[in-house]
Amino acid sequence: MYLWFNKLGSPPHFYRIAGKWMPWLASIFLVLLLTGLYGGLVLAPPDYQQGDSYRIIFIHVPSAWMSLFIYVVMAFCGVVTVVWRMKLAEVILISSAPIGASFTFLALVTGSLWGKPMWGTWWVWDARLTSELILLFLYLGVIGLHGAIEDKRVAARAVAILAIVGVVNIPIIHYSVEWWNSLHQGPTVTKFDKPSIHWSMLLPLLLMALAFQVYYVLALFQRCRAELLLRERNSKWVQELSGE
Amino acid sequence: MKPARKKRLALIALMVAGIATGIGFALKSLDENIMFFFTPSEVAQGKAPQGRLFRMGGMVVSGSVSRPGEGLTVHFDLTDNESQVTVMYTGILPDLFREGQGIIANGRLDKNGAFVAQEVLAKHDENYMPPEVAEAMKKSGGEL
Repeated sequence: MYLWFNKLGSPPHFYRIAGKWMPWLASIFLVLLLTGLYGGLVLAPPDYQQGDSYRIIFIHVPSAWMSLFIYVVMAFCGVVTVVWRMKLAEVILISSAPIGASFTFLALVTGSLWGKPMWGTWWVWDARLTSELILLFLYLGVIGLHGAIEDKRVAARAVAILAIVGVVNIPIIHYSVEWWNSLHQGPTVTKFDKPSIHWSMLLPLLLMALAFQVYYVLALFQRCRAELLLRERNSKWVQELSGE
Repeated sequence: MKPARKKRLALIALMVAGIATGIGFALKSLDENIMFFFTPSEVAQGKAPQGRLFRMGGMVVSGSVSRPGEGLTVHFDLTDNESQVTVMYTGILPDLFREGQGIIANGRLDKNGAFVAQEVLAKHDENYMPPEVAEAMKKSGGEL
């Protein structure tokens, strides 16, 4: 197990494995996305209160989940970076940031588009919306800090600390709707109780969540491969690769 | 694990714990400011600020919505199942506004203890279901 982990952590090995997996991931992603979208936009019935406007949850909710999930991945890689100084963890950490930032942005924008007709406002400073906006700034902070430091190994360690510290925000986002009165509604699916959503809407929602998850891995592999080539451009394995 | 790594891991744990407690205390002390709205009971008990804008959230009492005059003015009662406060509002209501729906109004109290709203937002709940299911649940007397 440890040996396998060590081997996967070596840049040339990861580069090859990721390259082999990517076409598979891409096809799985396409299948999930198309069935999820078809189920959500065509098969699922309209909501009893919101009519068809609720359909934005098929994008909004998975994006919001991904924005939290990716940050947790980054914080975990941050710990590995600082404690074990593992190169691959550094690469995954910094490659995740733009993907996470995009999902956060998507969640904020779709929520805002839905909020105008449903709530009656584009934006309010309630606990959920504000903490999610802070998450976007954390992502942008990670990207900015990494870009500002020339030596990428030093940069990775600085970014790791920021990612680890920012993880405090994650439970705040999740529980914000329970700890405080907020305009944003409480959790529908991610609670210990039975989900308060009809199965015909839940199924496409979960398919979309899975599709976004696969998309993250796919995009992550692509970014990691590019970052690895850039960082290891003077090493033997990259020169052999380009010499072919 | 090597001692140096153990030390770094302990430092990280300590740092996260410290920051979490710090932010925890800060949020605790800001509690009232983070609360997005007051409930009608809090307003009835006089906890809401006098003579200044604040938000009040609750359910629209069924059968309380009335439109005096021909304009956009609406009167309705808000409740949290304990106290009721009358709200007066002139303007366009959001799509989800209806009797029995949770809403949040932004405004101030007048001299008679009625709430004069400048803005009304609908609060959506966490339930999603097709209309037929909602209809069936209503018929069987279950709660939505």
